Amino acid sequence: MAGIDYSQKIPNNVDLKSDKRLQRALERWQPDYIEWWKEMGPTDFNEKDVYLRTAVSVEKDGWANFSYVSMPEYRWGIFLTPHEKDPLIQFGDHMGQEAWQQVPGEYRNWLRRLIVTQGDTEPASVEQQRLLGHTAPSLYDMRNLFQVNVEEGRHLWAMVYLLHRHFGADGREEADQMLQRRSGNPDHPRILSTFNEPIEEWLSFFCFTMFTDRDGKFQLLSLAESGFDPLARTTRFMLTEEAHHMFVGQTGLQRIVRRTLEVMKEFPDADPAEKGAFPLELIQRYINFWASSCYDLFGAEVSSNSANFFASGLKGRAYEDKFEDHTALNQFKAVERFVDGKVVTEDVPLRNAMNEVLREAYIADNQKGVDSWNKECEKAGVPFRFYLPHHRFNRQVGEFAGLRFHVKTGEPMGEAAYQAMLEETMPTAKDRSHVKSLMVGVREPGKFAGWIAPPLRGINGQPVEMEYVKL
Amino acid sequence: MSSTSTLEQPIHFQTSPDQYRHWKLSFDGDIATLAMNVDPMGGMREGYELKLNSYDLGVDIELNDAINRLRFEHPEVRCLVLTGSLDRVFCAGANIVMLRSSSHAFKVNFCKYTNETRLGLEDAAENSGLRTLAALNGTASGGGYELALACERIVLVDDRNSAVSFPEVPLLGVLPGTGGLTRITDKRKIRRDRCDVFSSIAEGIKGKRAVEWDLVDAVAPLSRWDETVAKEARTLADAQPARAQKGVQLPPVACETVEDESGRTHLKYRYVTLSLAHAERTAELCIEAPDTGAQSAAEALEQGAAWWVMQAFREFDDALLHLRMNYRDNALVLLRAKGSEAVVRRTDALLAAGENWFTTEVRHLVKRVLKRLDLTSRSLYAIADEGTCFVGSFLELALACDRIYLLNDPDHEVKLGVTALNAGPLPMSNGISRLETRFLGTPEAVGAILAHQDKDSFDAETANELGLATYAPDEIDWEDELRLAMEERTSFSPDALTGMESNLRFAGPETMETKIFGRLSAWQNWIFQRPNAVGERGALQCYGTPNRPEFLIERT
Ligand SMILES: [Fe+2]
Ligand SMILES: [Fe+2]
Repeated sequence: MAGIDYSQKIPNNVDLKSDKRLQRALERWQPDYIEWWKEMGPTDFNEKDVYLRTAVSVEKDGWANFSYVSMPEYRWGIFLTPHEKDPLIQFGDHMGQEAWQQVPGEYRNWLRRLIVTQGDTEPASVEQQRLLGHTAPSLYDMRNLFQVNVEEGRHLWAMVYLLHRHFGADGREEADQMLQRRSGNPDHPRILSTFNEPIEEWLSFFCFTMFTDRDGKFQLLSLAESGFDPLARTTRFMLTEEAHHMFVGQTGLQRIVRRTLEVMKEFPDADPAEKGAFPLELIQRYINFWASSCYDLFGAEVSSNSANFFASGLKGRAYEDKFEDHTALNQFKAVERFVDGKVVTEDVPLRNAMNEVLREAYIADNQKGVDSWNKECEKAGVPFRFYLPHHRFNRQVGEFAGLRFHVKTGEPMGEAAYQAMLEETMPTAKDRSHVKSLMVGVREPGKFAGWIAPPLRGINGQPVEMEYVKL
Repeated sequence: MSSTSTLEQPIHFQTSPDQYRHWKLSFDGDIATLAMNVDPMGGMREGYELKLNSYDLGVDIELNDAINRLRFEHPEVRCLVLTGSLDRVFCAGANIVMLRSSSHAFKVNFCKYTNETRLGLEDAAENSGLRTLAALNGTASGGGYELALACERIVLVDDRNSAVSFPEVPLLGVLPGTGGLTRITDKRKIRRDRCDVFSSIAEGIKGKRAVEWDLVDAVAPLSRWDETVAKEARTLADAQPARAQKGVQLPPVACETVEDESGRTHLKYRYVTLSLAHAERTAELCIEAPDTGAQSAAEALEQGAAWWVMQAFREFDDALLHLRMNYRDNALVLLRAKGSEAVVRRTDALLAAGENWFTTEVRHLVKRVLKRLDLTSRSLYAIADEGTCFVGSFLELALACDRIYLLNDPDHEVKLGVTALNAGPLPMSNGISRLETRFLGTPEAVGAILAHQDKDSFDAETANELGLATYAPDEIDWEDELRLAMEERTSFSPDALTGMESNLRFAGPETMETKIFGRLSAWQNWIFQRPNAVGERGALQCYGTPNRPEFLIERT
């Protein structure tokens, strides 16, 4: 592999050219990564040219260069949002000290765990989505899928860069394992269980990019505050890409809703399902499933890890500067607990409740998407309104794990009533088979599957009917 | 002052599988599986949740019960598989919140008990043919990995996540408290520098490297997990000759607690009585042999748990645990053994001969109870006064004491005597007998005493000459002598006594067992008291709270 100029192949602003140690590490890792992509990425489309955005620098115009490229040739770069002048640690016990440019020894293991856990989700989602290209409802959507995929690949790069650059032999080993774990593999699964379920149809894909990628956004936001400066800067750059993923999810669902509303208008007496669309209730059931399982990704309501991470300055709150106090000491947060069949609140030290702080911010952010879908209903004069499932509903992690709560009100429920409610509120076998039955790829430029409306505009100012993927 | 003399909720030590809250015991022919499934809300007291299969004393009492039951009730079992019922977690070790909110004395006794349980597991493997396999279906951290270390073989699931670890030093500022550091060096004989690295990485070591470093014996992927565990268990079981098909049921040990009008508490068992004088901080512990007993090993087996010696020592064990846990203000125990010498001698002969699995098993039970006595941090005086019978296994009780007071008066009969059981079958944790330990500098004294084996008992005068008495006053001096000795003892610093006694009790060779307890008291208990662990900004105190630890930097 010697002789390849990685600084050319890998756009970067980390002075890869003169970093011998990093070059050596990447020389070994990069071929494995390409192998992984060819095996676990959108395999059947690796030969095709896709209209993709590539980040080539951190300058104003540098992050969005559009051109046709085959995915294995994509230039996965390494970018750190440029330095502020001598950044300081913004929160926790080390607040006001200079941010760390090297890993502080005492926090090495925690940091590594944070980076590995975040990093592992990136390739996982590529693996989960690898077969979706075949059933894309349009070339526009297919391109968006691949854009998301290559950027998740870049996010993996970003995390691997940190591991290689800052964590020595251990870091290299972890980087290797990122490529060895496989979504859904019983022997070496991805770390978080949500990332081990395959995504086999597009309604779930849009839900994933709406809800799961948004979890990613909030994790990244809290890491972007990190006192470990390279992590903060890396994640800040990732956030620009993450925004596009959520755009894909939110507008994807919005277009589905719009299409259903059109069908309902055209056939007021028919079940939209019979007319090849997704009934609004079915969409709501998918929202209930995806949103509630994403609530779990934030962890337990009360957590010593979250306290440790905050105290040590490794992981802050989203938009930390909006808070008045950044020590979070001697402050308490009322957290819900379930005691003797009743929901009660209990004051816990704020640092231990950081997971809950982040989850609340996440839920509020989701609401904006819900509002945009409801606006579609409003415009169409349809009384149906979407909602977010209650934060206690369908939880597998934390205080409410395995317990029974109403999807809307969050009131405790008996088993029988709960099971009856699930029939109405969670995707049924019939829903799933209906969704699957509509998954037929549409490959003619400008054409869209019958269950989704076209977008309002194309990518990068291009027309909607452009040939976004050259098949 | 005497805040701990009676706990709000006294702890009980009797349980049975149908009452377990934290373990599931199942059988498949000659393989038993004990799956840890700790009920988070099932802690012994309020104030902590037993998350992630973390344990408290209640969990360990069930484990101890299960191991003993397997030895007696299921002699057909040749391999015990210890595993966990939770996803991705085997066991997270002792519960931190429980430790933090416990008094120091409770913590130390908790650790002691859990250590005895783990040594019991090793004793079962060595002496009952109960081979042990730790099937770590997920991460085993701290006490979780120490539990695994007490098994003969360790298999760890390789899901790229599950690890074995000792997070005590890096996370909690304390040490693994159940022999972990000793077992990695002395049992698994892992290189010290690797032990050093391993004990400094909170998240532990997983997969291939765990095997390379011999922290575990094998790893297996999830898809081949059940199959691998079954195969490993089969191999262990097959290497072990069968013992018996039918076991002996263990009914709960019954105890009646009575308060008398003078404020004393009496724990009354069938063969054992423990009477506590709270004001004086003294207790009288008495064991008494019946007038008749089984004549043969077959008859003993038929009587099962009702065989007097088995019941008596189970009662004695229960009384010791109550003493340790529920009556922690007690300073001094006056120990008497009484009853029919003939029955004790006959029983000892059956125990020594080991004609069937059951009598052998009972001998090991007696051995373990005696060890529990050795390790009880109370001043122990054996009181050989009128009507006592310190013969054979009962003489061991006297030899376990810090002092032996012997009434030397021809008008009052005191019996002492030796049987085959004094010659080695009931070793201390240092691996040698109590007589050998007592006469480390004069081994010929052991021979002189053992020469009385199978002869009649000897009187106080002879016993004194043989070196068995600390003091041998006559009737006139007896009472005063004893009173002074008691008053003096209870006036000393309890801490100094605990340290002095445990220093003096274990003369002679060092074994893994003595190291474990010695280091527990010397290092772990010391660290547990230090500001760097339990001070306001100590690591144990800060763990899980919003605060980060701050250390006093002076090295001791
Ligand atoms: Fe991402
Ligand atoms: Fe994403």
